[in-house]
Amino acid sequence: MAKVATSKVESENAIEVRQMHKWYGEFHVLKNINLTVKRGERIVICGPSGSGKSTMIRCMNRLEEHQQGHILVDGIELTNDLKNIDAIRREVGMVFQHFNLFPHLTVLENCTLAPIWVRKTPKREAEEIAMKYLERVKIPEQALKYPGQLSGGQQQRVAIARSLCMNPRIMLFDEPTSALDPEMISEVLDTMIDLASTGMTMLCVTHEMGFARKVADRVIFMDGGEIIEENKPEEFFTNPQNERTKLFLSQILGH
Amino acid sequence: MSVASDTDSTPQRGGIMRLWYDSEARQVIIQIFTIAVLFALVFYLVRNAVINLDAIGKSLGFDFLFQPANYDINQSFLEYDSRSSNLKAAIVGLLNTFLVAGLGIFIATIVGFVMGVLRLSKNFLMNRLVYCYVEAMRNVPVLLWILLVHGFIVVNMPGPRQALGLGESFFFSNRGINMPSPLPEPLFWATAITFILGVIGAIVFKRYAKKIQDETGKILPVLYVSFGLIVVLPVIVYFITGAPLNWETPAMQGFNFQGGYVVKPELIALTLALALYTSAFIAETVRSGILAVNYGQTEAAGALGLRNNRTLQLVVIPQAMRVIVPPLTSQYLNLTKNSSLAIAIGYMDITATLGGITLNQTGREMECMILVMAIYLCISLAVSSFMNWYNNRIKLIER
Amino acid sequence: MSDAKSYEPGQHPSLPPPKNLVGWQRWVWDNLFGTVSNTVLTLLSVYLLYLIIPGMLDYFVLDAVISANSRAECAELGKGACWAFIGDRFQVFIYGFYPAELRWRPNLAFVLLFVALAPVLYDNIPFRKYGLMFSLAFPIIAGVLMVGGVFGLEPVDTRLFGGVLLTIVIGVTGITFSLPLGILLALGRYSNLPAIKIVCTVFIEFIRGVPLITLLFVASTMLSYFLPPGTSFDLLLRVLIMVTLFASAYMAEVIRGGLQSLPKGQFEAADAMGLKYWQTMRLIVLPQALKISIPGIVNTFIGLYKDTTLVIVIGMLDVLGVAKSAVSDPVWNGLSVEIYVFVAGFFFICCFGMSRYSMYLEKKLHTGHKR
Repeated sequence: MAKVATSKVESENAIEVRQMHKWYGEFHVLKNINLTVKRGERIVICGPSGSGKSTMIRCMNRLEEHQQGHILVDGIELTNDLKNIDAIRREVGMVFQHFNLFPHLTVLENCTLAPIWVRKTPKREAEEIAMKYLERVKIPEQALKYPGQLSGGQQQRVAIARSLCMNPRIMLFDEPTSALDPEMISEVLDTMIDLASTGMTMLCVTHEMGFARKVADRVIFMDGGEIIEENKPEEFFTNPQNERTKLFLSQILGH
Repeated sequence: MSVASDTDSTPQRGGIMRLWYDSEARQVIIQIFTIAVLFALVFYLVRNAVINLDAIGKSLGFDFLFQPANYDINQSFLEYDSRSSNLKAAIVGLLNTFLVAGLGIFIATIVGFVMGVLRLSKNFLMNRLVYCYVEAMRNVPVLLWILLVHGFIVVNMPGPRQALGLGESFFFSNRGINMPSPLPEPLFWATAITFILGVIGAIVFKRYAKKIQDETGKILPVLYVSFGLIVVLPVIVYFITGAPLNWETPAMQGFNFQGGYVVKPELIALTLALALYTSAFIAETVRSGILAVNYGQTEAAGALGLRNNRTLQLVVIPQAMRVIVPPLTSQYLNLTKNSSLAIAIGYMDITATLGGITLNQTGREMECMILVMAIYLCISLAVSSFMNWYNNRIKLIER
Repeated sequence: MSDAKSYEPGQHPSLPPPKNLVGWQRWVWDNLFGTVSNTVLTLLSVYLLYLIIPGMLDYFVLDAVISANSRAECAELGKGACWAFIGDRFQVFIYGFYPAELRWRPNLAFVLLFVALAPVLYDNIPFRKYGLMFSLAFPIIAGVLMVGGVFGLEPVDTRLFGGVLLTIVIGVTGITFSLPLGILLALGRYSNLPAIKIVCTVFIEFIRGVPLITLLFVASTMLSYFLPPGTSFDLLLRVLIMVTLFASAYMAEVIRGGLQSLPKGQFEAADAMGLKYWQTMRLIVLPQALKISIPGIVNTFIGLYKDTTLVIVIGMLDVLGVAKSAVSDPVWNGLSVEIYVFVAGFFFICCFGMSRYSMYLEKKLHTGHKR
């Protein structure tokens, strides 16, 4: 873990993970992960629960620490160096399963918090940007409400807008629709599809296979802490190679 | 809503039974009955009291408040001697209650917050140490702590002649703490004014910094500048004007110290015991308040690129305070009410003056107890109505 | 770089973590020295322990004197704490001035207390139903045993009660009666009948607004004015009533918290099933609300138990009262710290035990909840 790349050279790969391992105590959660994400690529990660998908993408903005191997985001290596972590977090947006909006701040304040305190944007400007993205996710009229007053789908769209306000180059989605009522899933997925059309680099942990078919450039299947299979969506769904992938697909597409 | 009504399902019944099975009528009947019983009880008690008082020839009245109290109070903010009225004794007592409550709350808050945060520390040793402190403090009655500290000071501390000195100005003995009192020279006003200006300056600067941040996004170092304005600047002025503040240090004369301030053992024991006892509860409150903020909030703030201290300042503390403040206030109220235990060691608070010596000397149990309870009630109600207002103001808005 | 050995997809075995991630070294690193601030805290705690432990150990244990006949003798024997007074005064600490030849009665009551507690605390005891009936009858049985005057038991003046005996009498009575009263008050305050709601609210807020000590003064000085002329009743009984009322107001607030945290749907569902008010409360609402408020209820119990010490202010001699009078005993003059530390130990064991039990109960009920 000696190499610390701080160069701001425009690298071709958005994310590069090489031989990454992670343990929780004695438990080996991520085993030898190798993954390269090109700029503008959209990747869907699926797999049974406990397979390490969430842990993997949480390693990419250092919400979790990895113990072996390398993760380079935007050409910057993730190490203990706080400067690197700050730099990466400025470039990487994240959307959580349970939204994690700040309940004591209005929707608008949620969106302007990071631009004001991290990017040091003037308030007026931050609010303009926030309104732009709130319009983009189609809820500008809710700007002055509190998160607790919104429906789950609306909250998740605010969370997406909040991340976009930092103008990230990469977006991570950690099961963004699995805490939502069925009728609200589509409004969030529409927002994500819209986002994909702008050429954003996206890593998305989700079980929405329709979304994967429509948007993904690549689908990754994980099980037991390993990447078992990765392929183009068409190939992945019609002709899975590995037995475990077949089993998983038959279970989630079975009905 | 929780009262089941079964008017529809019951067949027609006659007379009073019909009223009883009408849900609204039943509610009215129950309430009238309750009030009637209550009035009867109050009437009965008051009638007994009137008869009893008549029998011993006492009448209710508050004249005694204006008669001389005939006892001394060894610590008073006001001019007081044994010829002062009972009312004045009560006021002196009330001020003493406020003094011990104020000091106790101040110390308890600081100690409690520090302990609460340390209790969450990842450091194993510190964590365990604070755990022991909290459990030891809160599982022993506060009255016992008061007596223990008081007993320690009065019995185990040396007499004034062998007092433990901290330098040449602070002395700890079984008579309490003797410390220097300030004697400001005329020029000292310059330092005082600088300090006041410093505080005003810090407030103005904070507003200015907010405005600058809103307009340009630049974040100014408010903390350092405030520190400079409030602390460093007055210190500089103080020394430029030639350190115009003298101290009257306590000195041994005969069997005791003369000069300076004396803090009596009763006040020390009461303040310390109340503060440390309450600090254990505050520590638990603070700990659970911080734990109540969902970890996802910290993660989300981290994912947005906020540094740890900013996450605390902008996300965790504002949410934790909502959880902490209501129980914190009730701890403050508990401390204030517990300060009435002063009577056990002879500190003259409102309970010990009006509810203690005045009561015993005048024999006016009824009047004295009513007054004492009314005073405590007023304090409690004032604080809790303020709390309700505050809670409503900061309540999280949900649908 | 780690080993470059490659596995078929899906065949990667779980490897042991690198050496620096596990083991006691890692634990020490994580918990004691990981960061600068962590190291500072460790050093600070070690220093504090160094300050506290050896001095305390010397004074209270190693240099302490266990048997002597007076304080002066203690001072000759060693320079540490003087525990000898405890042996000297032990009987008074436990029984106060309860007549020595009748002490089997409180002893028996104390044993029966545990018999009565067992079916309440543990639910898998045989014949629990009969046990609970005994528990209900226990307060009367214990009262008769201790005070006497019926069934040929010699009467004992309650003014002779003292020490641990008095503390337990007040504590147990308060705890037993404040819970049902507190439940009623909480239901009253939560009721939608305005008159009842107002009465209960005023009562609760009044009691919570004044210090217990003033209520005890009321009990000792002015309560007799409100009784019919010529009657008066036992001071201990008056104190028991006040303590119970005091604790019940706090209990009511704790239980009200539990009531409020129940979702409205629970009440609606009960109404929809056609349950009457008391049925709803007994079958649906209270079991849930009480379960939620267990920690608060036990905390109120602990508070009440500690508050029993306040009776010394009106001249009763509970454990602390006995201690306080021992402090001023000329033979044992100047032992305040030892005496109070001893009593503190007694309260710590009782209260800490109660809070541990509540944590056990919470855990047990919590796992039950998951199922």
